[in-house]
Amino acid sequence: MVKSHQEILALLPYTKPFLFVDEIIEIDENGVKGSFTFHEDLDFYKGHFKDFPVTPGVILTETMAQIGLACLGIFLLGDEVENLTIAMTSTNIEFLKPVYPAEKVVVISEKKYFRFNKLKCEVRMENEAGEIVCKGEIAGMLIVKNNG
Amino acid sequence: MNNEKMINDLKEIITPYTENKEALNSITEQTDFLVDLKINSANLVDIILDIEEKFNIEIDNDSMAKMLNVKATIAIIQEKLAANAG
Repeated sequence: MVKSHQEILALLPYTKPFLFVDEIIEIDENGVKGSFTFHEDLDFYKGHFKDFPVTPGVILTETMAQIGLACLGIFLLGDEVENLTIAMTSTNIEFLKPVYPAEKVVVISEKKYFRFNKLKCEVRMENEAGEIVCKGEIAGMLIVKNNG
Repeated sequence: MNNEKMINDLKEIITPYTENKEALNSITEQTDFLVDLKINSANLVDIILDIEEKFNIEIDNDSMAKMLNVKATIAIIQEKLAANAG
């Protein structure tokens, strides 16, 4: 059964303060597009950097993984998402532009392959001006545990 | 294709995915991908995909689950090649 965008969001294994998906804009078996707004109250802005808040690259990577890999993975697994464990296994990301507090970004992910529980995607993040802020490849294992 | 040639082809495919180059140099039929070469399951998937491309075969889930050491992997590759030829 195909899941609605809301159902996929509800199945994500993250919550605040580490949920970096607001909305799924479109999703199909080949890819996903979703958005997130980096609220200026997010805790890491207090320290990255001192008196000069910029979204850390690891958070941009995590955002790309949550939208590009986790959301797409849940969609691809269909009904088999009970007890899903997601493990990011590799990233190769280029960071092209900074993302400041209150910016809204869109993540676009295209599936390269989903074989033997491994999902690998070509992912890019764009800012509201439509500029690419970071791009690269992310892969992860989607493990579904049988509860017997 | 003889086993020696195939072990060499496998070695070439595996090289980028293992940190344990020493164990790779002394690779034999008994070499276990996870135990001896310290390859994780995510990299094992990429090795299987590279094997598919190199030998122009398709590996199914059941076969993949068996491909944990050199000997078993060669057996699966031979089996798929034979099926292709037939």
